[in-house]
Amino acid sequence: MHSILFIVFLPLLASVIAGLGNKALGKFPAKVVTTGGLFAACALSWPIFIGFLTGNAEATVVPVLKWVQSGDLSFDWELRVDTLTAVMLVVITSVSALVHLYSWGYMDEEPDQPRFFAYLSLFTFAMLMLVTANNLVQMFFGWEGVGLASYLLIGFWFRKPSAGAAAIKAFVVNRVGDLGFMLGIFGVFLVFGTVSIPEILANVPNHAGSTIGFLGHRFDTLTILSILLFIGAMGKSAQLGLHTWLPDAMEGPTPVSALIHAATMVTAGVFMTCRLSPLFAASPDAMTFVTIVGAATCFFAATIGTTQWDIKRVIAYSTCSQLGYMFFAAGSGAFGAAMFHLFTHAFFKALLFLGAGSVIHAMHHEQDMRYYGALRKKIPLTYWAMMAGTLAITGVGIVDVFGFAGFYSKDSILEAAYGTGTGVGHFAFFMGITAALLTSFYSWRLVFLTFFGKARWSQSEHIQHAVHDDHGHGHDHAHDHHHGHAHDDDGTAGYHPHESPLVMLLPLIILSMGAIFAGFVFNHAFISEGEGEFWKGSLVFSEHLIHHMHEVPVWVKWAPFGVMVTGLLGAIYAYIINPGFPAAFVRAIKPIHTFVYNKWFFDELYNFLFVRPAFALGRLFWKVGDVGFIDRFGPNGAAWVVVQGTGLARRLQSGLLTSYALWMLIGLVAAVSWVLTR
Amino acid sequence: MTGFPILSLMLAVPAVAAVAALFASAGAARTIALVATLIDLALGLDLWANYQIGGPQWQFVEHAQLFSGFSWALGIDGIALVLIVLSVFLMPICIGASWDAIEKRVPEYMAAFLFMETLMIGVFAAQDLFLFYILFEAGLIPMYLIIGIWGGADRIYASYKFFLYTLLGSVLMLIAMLWIVNLTGTTSIPVLMEYNFPVQAQYLLWLAFFASFAVKMPMWPVHTWLPDAHVQAPTAGSVILAGVLLKMGGYGFIRFSLPFFPEASAYFAPLVWGLSIVAVVYTSLVALVQSDMKKLIAYSSVAHMAIVTLGLFAFNRQGLEGSMVVMLAHGLVSGALFLCVGVIYDRLHTREISRYGGLAINMPYYALFFMFFTMASVGLPATANFVGEFLSLQGIYKASSWTALIAGTGIILGAAYMLYLYRRVAFGEQKNADAAAMPDLTVREYLLLTPLVIATLWMGIYPESFIAPIRADIAHLDARLAAARPAGDAQVTPGHPVAETHESAEHNGEGSEK
Repeated sequence: MHSILFIVFLPLLASVIAGLGNKALGKFPAKVVTTGGLFAACALSWPIFIGFLTGNAEATVVPVLKWVQSGDLSFDWELRVDTLTAVMLVVITSVSALVHLYSWGYMDEEPDQPRFFAYLSLFTFAMLMLVTANNLVQMFFGWEGVGLASYLLIGFWFRKPSAGAAAIKAFVVNRVGDLGFMLGIFGVFLVFGTVSIPEILANVPNHAGSTIGFLGHRFDTLTILSILLFIGAMGKSAQLGLHTWLPDAMEGPTPVSALIHAATMVTAGVFMTCRLSPLFAASPDAMTFVTIVGAATCFFAATIGTTQWDIKRVIAYSTCSQLGYMFFAAGSGAFGAAMFHLFTHAFFKALLFLGAGSVIHAMHHEQDMRYYGALRKKIPLTYWAMMAGTLAITGVGIVDVFGFAGFYSKDSILEAAYGTGTGVGHFAFFMGITAALLTSFYSWRLVFLTFFGKARWSQSEHIQHAVHDDHGHGHDHAHDHHHGHAHDDDGTAGYHPHESPLVMLLPLIILSMGAIFAGFVFNHAFISEGEGEFWKGSLVFSEHLIHHMHEVPVWVKWAPFGVMVTGLLGAIYAYIINPGFPAAFVRAIKPIHTFVYNKWFFDELYNFLFVRPAFALGRLFWKVGDVGFIDRFGPNGAAWVVVQGTGLARRLQSGLLTSYALWMLIGLVAAVSWVLTR
Repeated sequence: MTGFPILSLMLAVPAVAAVAALFASAGAARTIALVATLIDLALGLDLWANYQIGGPQWQFVEHAQLFSGFSWALGIDGIALVLIVLSVFLMPICIGASWDAIEKRVPEYMAAFLFMETLMIGVFAAQDLFLFYILFEAGLIPMYLIIGIWGGADRIYASYKFFLYTLLGSVLMLIAMLWIVNLTGTTSIPVLMEYNFPVQAQYLLWLAFFASFAVKMPMWPVHTWLPDAHVQAPTAGSVILAGVLLKMGGYGFIRFSLPFFPEASAYFAPLVWGLSIVAVVYTSLVALVQSDMKKLIAYSSVAHMAIVTLGLFAFNRQGLEGSMVVMLAHGLVSGALFLCVGVIYDRLHTREISRYGGLAINMPYYALFFMFFTMASVGLPATANFVGEFLSLQGIYKASSWTALIAGTGIILGAAYMLYLYRRVAFGEQKNADAAAMPDLTVREYLLLTPLVIATLWMGIYPESFIAPIRADIAHLDARLAAARPAGDAQVTPGHPVAETHESAEHNGEGSEK
């Protein structure tokens, strides 16, 4: 048996055991089963990846079960393993295993743990099915499966109304994208006569330049198919227009945000684009579309990231923005760079989220950075882990010497965009550079607000609750009251943050290693002249583009470094040297800030355009359409006619002979006149 | 007549049991009903196991001439087989669901259900036009009684509405049938399925049949009887109404309208598409604003049935097979959803969504089952609905991309109204003390819901068991429809010389970016 079967189905098995066993099974066995299953899957995944890294492995497809056969449309359950899958395997299983472990600590006080761990493992299974899919429908299965797990985990704390709302929003917005994906699959089947990915990709050249009818117009076949499929990717990867669910998804527990809404699920769209890269690459218009969407998202999300106060939302917008980088890399034809950024991003973004979780844990569930500050000394390991993540995301590094993970992947993306030499490529480059500046600013802003400056904890309700609880316990101690006041002056409210337990710190340390070294170690394999040997045709790789990337002007090579430093200096000035500056600056640009702070008013716009009209139309159709019209003139109307009709008949049957005679006479006259005048 | 008359036996067992139940005590009537339905389930599974895939088109054929051309003719193809299996599978579950919920006139209730089972199996197995008609119409009577006697507060209005609507449609069908028999001189359905009616005559005949089946489906705008009927019917009545009775409309289309009148079907296909896409959007939006759980699920049924009609009138294999699978899947899942409503209705005696809330706290396993069926109804892959909806939409996409797009919005709206329902029932805080005190599932309820979960997953993960028996019949029908098939709007034209393509491609690209 191929080890991929264990990798994929162990998490499913663990999930079923933990989920159905639930409270009967108990917390500890549920945790052991799921975490154990994931570590086993992780241990089996790395050898596969290393096999491809060293060039010893070949792509294989492991059949599992027949699925559907209908006429000439057929697709089966199969597991495909190639380089692209192998990369995703290590990302998914590693981050998932670490997140499982981390959750032992983070979710320790939660009574409902088996359910949580079952969902996490279920998610991992669905994600693995997605990346091992050999046909589009199985990919769609994984696609919807991760959507389900995401829905369940966002709504994990289902008592909170906001969690329930966010869960629905995530699912429904994703469904909008899924409709595009489904239509894409339908179109693909119509054109290619198959939904098997390798067969489709092999036949792409045969359909270059053909046209297809869609919605009454004729379009270039490959363009329309790519764009339909890409709409699916936009939903899952929270790209501009379909991004609104991602920030709200932060209602879920923080480990979930790290695993699903940063490292793995949201990158599914990028994975799909890369998996189908021969299809996308064959349509310049689709590539342009992908580039523009990616570049616009990258910039747009970064602007919002600079204004948010909730630590998780900052990171969420950061994720959205980084996904934009991956997409415009793909749109520029640098699929290898897109996957490389996906790979490095998984480590440093999971790290940032888990680090943020550790901060939130220490700060008694307070998530507002306005109430943080001065935590550097209190939770030093978390601080260093967050530093590693921040250095990685801002792309700190010296060309040709050493850099943190994001340095290699982000720089190669920017160089690729510039290296395309097209107008769109340059647009993406400038968007990307601007976003890099903003990234550096908001990432350091997060670090400075959280770990530096003075403690501002005393204004936090969460902290006050925590302190109150402590005081409640120690009511007999006469000194306590004074004690509290004494601390109020230094802004701590007498609260003592504690460093997280070892099970939470261990994943942070491991992921820090990834954030520091992943770029340095793997950049030769993923993005270099030799990358063709690594990818082995699992994605489109253009030697031409790599060549152009190396020939970009020197200022392009150094621009990311420049904006990174600028962002850092800006953050130092605004949040350390002159803490009054941000408020003054916000006052100066009030309208712009309001616009950006309110996330460009997308939620309000969508509520106005879609949500409220849907409910209004529903009421209209129901009250006016069904009750007021169909029933009134249909069954109730028929009943009315019958009642009236019988009434009339009753009145006619008066029983008076003369009246019958009169009616007979009228009838006779009418009949005769009809015959005569005919 | 060849071999053992298993179909007649399947009709006889519930009929005999119905009579027996009438004269039994309440407790005995329950037992008789359960045993009889289980026997029929066993016979149905036997039928399924012995059905020869790739064998003759009509199997288990029985024929007995009665009088003046009217004959007792039974026999099934794959399409009838799977629908019979669905019916016998749901019946014991219905009896189980009524076990405690029905307290008055138990013997009569059980007799009505058993009588209904006879009629349902008969409808799917009948090979004689008039036998079909009689069974098809007679099916109204027990359902009318079930709603009218054991229903809710407004049961009289609902039962009359149900009866009049469906009867009105079938009168036209009867006239058409008489005309057909007069023209062809045969009442044999298999013979008529191969008969080539003059195209001119097909139009009116098609419309007459359509009137009956459209009401039965139900299609927009003749759907308004369904929400009322569901709301007033007892739980098991809803299950059988959604699970099997609605399927008779789809069965009618696939058994009569399409093979009898291929040209007329193609001619009227745009009408069917139009009504169906209106139904998907309209009823989904109406479902969104319902405050009554059963009404919500009833409206969702109309939307799902619209996918069936779309698939049927897509005129290709995927559409036809997909709509068959949607019918089966909807039978399982909407039946299960009505059971889920029944579980909490039995505890609190209200269908008002706002009276519940936070049930995931005190009824975690109920919440799990309800979640499963919610997701199945939404059409999550690996559940039965996905396979059906995917194939149906694939089929309709071949015929018309606009229709596919608008029908596809159903997957968005479906997610919205189902998850919104789930959120209000199972999520949130426990607002109502009485709802918060409700106990989790009983053993009996587990026994009702678990088989439905297994069947839904089976059909979603390995639908071959259900598609294989119908494959040959669908292929046969598809071949018969081939001549009339609409062209479809998505034809691919091969590429032009490169330079020219580039220009047009650019133009299209601009269009799509806007």
